[in-house]
Amino acid sequence: MTRIILNGTETDLDVSPDMPLLWALRDSLQMTGTKFGCGVAFCGACTVHIDGIPARACQTYIGDIEGAEVTTIEGVSSPEAQAIQAAWVELQVPQCGYCQSGQIMSASALLKETPKPTDEDIDFAMDGNLCRCATYARIRKAIHRAAEILEA
Amino acid sequence: MFHYLEKTLASQVVAPTRRTFLKLSAGAVGGLLIGGGVAPIRDAQASTPAEAFVQPFVHITPDNQVTVIVKHLDMGQGSANGLATLVADELDADLSQLSVQHAPSNPNVYKNLLFGVQGTGGSTAIANSFEQYRQAGAAAKAMIVQAAAERWGVEPGTITVSAGTVSGGGNSATLGELASAAAEQPVPETVSLKAPEQWVYIGKETQRLDLPVKTQGSVGLFGIDLQQADALTAVTLRPPRFGATVASVDDGSARAVDGVVEVLQTPAGVVVVAQNMWSAMQGRTALEVTWDETNAEMRGTDELAAEFSALLDQPGNAAPARGDAAGKLASAATVIEADYSFPYLNHGQMEPLNATVMFDGEKAEFWFGSQIQTLDHNVAAAVLGIDFPNVSINTMFAGGSFGRRATPDAHLTAEAAMVVKAWFDATGEARPIKLVFTREDDMASGYFRPMHMHRVRAGVDENGMISGWEHRVVGQGIMIGTPFEAFTVKDGVDHSSVEGAADTTYDLPDFALDTHHPTVGIPVLWWRAVGHTHTAFVMETMMDELAEAAGIDPVAFRLNHLTSDARLAGVLREAADRVGPAPDGTHRGIAVHKSFNTYVAEIADVRLREDGTVKVEQVTCAIDCGVAVNPDNIRAQVEGGLGFGLSAVLREEITLTDGQVDQLNYPDYPPLRISDMPTVDVHIVASAEAPTGVGEPATPPIGPAVANAIYRATGQRIRSLPLTKHGLA
Repeated sequence: MTRIILNGTETDLDVSPDMPLLWALRDSLQMTGTKFGCGVAFCGACTVHIDGIPARACQTYIGDIEGAEVTTIEGVSSPEAQAIQAAWVELQVPQCGYCQSGQIMSASALLKETPKPTDEDIDFAMDGNLCRCATYARIRKAIHRAAEILEA
Repeated sequence: MFHYLEKTLASQVVAPTRRTFLKLSAGAVGGLLIGGGVAPIRDAQASTPAEAFVQPFVHITPDNQVTVIVKHLDMGQGSANGLATLVADELDADLSQLSVQHAPSNPNVYKNLLFGVQGTGGSTAIANSFEQYRQAGAAAKAMIVQAAAERWGVEPGTITVSAGTVSGGGNSATLGELASAAAEQPVPETVSLKAPEQWVYIGKETQRLDLPVKTQGSVGLFGIDLQQADALTAVTLRPPRFGATVASVDDGSARAVDGVVEVLQTPAGVVVVAQNMWSAMQGRTALEVTWDETNAEMRGTDELAAEFSALLDQPGNAAPARGDAAGKLASAATVIEADYSFPYLNHGQMEPLNATVMFDGEKAEFWFGSQIQTLDHNVAAAVLGIDFPNVSINTMFAGGSFGRRATPDAHLTAEAAMVVKAWFDATGEARPIKLVFTREDDMASGYFRPMHMHRVRAGVDENGMISGWEHRVVGQGIMIGTPFEAFTVKDGVDHSSVEGAADTTYDLPDFALDTHHPTVGIPVLWWRAVGHTHTAFVMETMMDELAEAAGIDPVAFRLNHLTSDARLAGVLREAADRVGPAPDGTHRGIAVHKSFNTYVAEIADVRLREDGTVKVEQVTCAIDCGVAVNPDNIRAQVEGGLGFGLSAVLREEITLTDGQVDQLNYPDYPPLRISDMPTVDVHIVASAEAPTGVGEPATPPIGPAVANAIYRATGQRIRSLPLTKHGLA
C-alpha cells in the first residue's frame, strides 16, 4: 500500500510498487487525463507534477513516491495553469488534443518557475513534449499570452 | 487520402450487404457528446428525450441544446466543428447552445457523398458536407419557423431567427421551446440556402467546440481512455518479421503474472488479456513464443533499395504519355537527370491504435476512432460471423491519425474482433475487451508510407521552357492487393504512387511517366497527403534545378509553366507578394503544389547552424481552398500540416534489417519538437469556389521548399530524405 497526496487528497494505492504511476492513475483510479504516448519518457504526454516539478508518469514508480504530492491535469488549478488553459482556448492551440494534458502540465510548471519566459526558455522547458499535430507555433504564442494574463 | 476511391467503394465493398443497412435506424445515436458550454460531455445514449427534435444531422432538445451529428471522424482536423458551423449558420443557432457528436455507423444516412460509404479521408469532410449540412440546418430552421407560426398564429414569413431566438408577432421563443412542435412538422422537400453575404458564422473566426475539454484532460473523448465496468485490457505479442506466424507458445510464466486473466491467439499473434495495461504488458514480456518464418519477409531496406535502384534502369508500366518526351530531350539545350529516394515512414499519431469491443455471441459493440466506419462494420460482422445490424460502432474522437486509422484491410477492427471472439469462445463471458497497441506495436507493425525512388530526366530549351520530361517511379503501390485495386490501378500504374506527378498541371506537353510496383511483404498505407509526399518533392526540386539551368527566377519560371492553372499560379503569386524580407543569414526556397483540390505555396527561410544542421526559421504560405469556412482552423491545419511534413523531412525514417524494423519507439524515430518549429505566416486567398480540404495539402510543399533553400545555402541538391542522411539534421 502506497499513500500519495493526489490533487490535494490523501490517496492509498494498493498496487505493486513497480507499477508506473501512469497505469495506477489510468487503470486503478480511472483518471485518464494523463495520457499514454510512448511509455519511455520521451513524448511527455503523461506529464504530471510531483511535489510541483514536472515528471513523466510512465517512468515514475509507485514505490518511489510514498507521501509525494501528485498533481494531474484533472486537479491542476494554480493561477499559472488557469492562465495556460485560458490562453490555450483563446489561441485555439489543440488539434487532436491528445498531447495537450502533458503540454499544459509542462507549460504551467514553466510559468511557475519563470513568469516571463523567453523563446529559449520555452524551447528548453517544452522540448520534451511531442505534438504530432505540430501545434508548436501556437503553444509558444499561448505561453507568452498566459504570461501576459498572469501579469495583468 | 483515398480520394481516388470516390464513388467506388460502394459497389465494391458494400453492395452485397446493402439491404441490411436499411434495417438500421437513422435516429440511433451512440458515442459521446461534446460542446455546449456547461455540460461539455455527456453520454448521449441516455439522452435525447422523446419530445426532442431529432433529424439525422441535427437534434434539438427542450433544454435548448442543439447537437450536430457529425458523420466524419474528428482526429484533430476540426471537421466536427466545421460541420457544426455549417448547420448553425443556416439554423441561426447561437454558438453557445451548440454541441457535436459523432454519428453511428450507418452508410445510408452518413455516407461520405464522395465515397459512397461512411468514411473520412482525402481532405473531403467539408467538401462533401458543405451543401448537405447547410441543408440540414436550413430544414431544421424551416420546421422551427413553421411550428412558431402555428403556435403564434402568424405568417411564417414574418418570423425571424437570430442567435437561437425565434421572434414574430411580438412573441419570442428559444429553439428548445419549439423543438417538440417542430418535430411534428413535415421535413421540407426543398430548402433555399443563404447567400454568402447572409452567413453569420461561415468565414468567421469561431472557436472550436472541442477545445475547452481538450485543455482539461479530454476526459471521455478518446477510445484509449474508455472506462467500462468489468473491462479487460489486451496486448498482442506480434511476430518480429512481417508474414511470420506463431509456431509454438509457452504461456506458463505469462499466466502467472498478477492480473493476467487469459492468453489467446489470433492471426496477429499471441494475446495477453489482463485486468489492466501494466499487467498485460508484463504478461506479454513473460511469453515464450517461437515463430514460423517460412513466409516471412526477410529483406531489409538496404536490399530493397538495391532492388528498387536496379528497377530505375528498367522500363516500367506506362501512364498515358503526352507528346514526344524522348525526342524533345534529345534536342534540349540542357538536360538534367536526377535520382531520388524516400524512406518508409510511420504515422506516429500520439494516441496509439486501440479498440474496445463487447461481444455476447450474438451482438457486438465497438468503441474506437473508426475512420472508415462502413468498412470496419463489414469486417467486424464478417469476423464475428454475425449480421451487419448486430454490430454497432461508437466513433470516438481520435488522438491523431494522419491516415493510420483508415486501412483497406480494417486490420485493427479485425484483430479486436478476433480477440473478443476468442475470449468469448474460451470463457463464454461477455466482457468489454480493450485491445491496445503499445508505442512499439504502433511503430513497428507496418502500414508505413511506402519507400519510393524516382528518376527524372528533364530538359530546358534555349527559350527557358521545359523541353521533355521523363519520369520513373519505383515503390509499393498502396492500393495493390486491396479491394480498391480495380479502381485505382490502371495499366499497372498505382495512382497513389504518381499523383502530383502524372497529373501535374505544369505545361509539360512532352511528358512520359512509368512505374514499377515491386512486391514486398511490408504492409504500406497512405500517410498524410499520400503520394504527394514524395511526388511534390521531386517535381518542385526539379523545377528549381530547371529554373537555374534556364537562368530564370524560380517564381517566374514556374509561372511561365502555369498558363493553364490560374489557381496554382495565384497562390504562388500571393506567397511571393506577401512574403517579407528574409531574416539576416537565412536562405530562401519556394515550392507550390496542388493536392486534394487545394492549392498551396510555401516559402521557407532556412538558417545553417554552426554545426551544419538546418533550422527552418519561418515559412510563408498562401492557400486557396475555395470558401474559407473557418479561417483560423485553416491556418491551424496549414501550420500543423507543414510541421508534420517538416518532421519527416528532418529526421523520420523507418529502416529494416533482415526483415526486422529497426525503430521501436520515438527515441529511434524522433518527431518534430517545439525547438524545430518555424514561425508560420498563412495567407488565405479569398475565393467563392466550393470549399476543398485543408488537412493534407500543406504537407507536400514544405520538403521541396526547404530543400531548395538548402541549395541556396550550400550548393547541395537534396535528392534523398531525411536530412539526417546528409548531416543537415
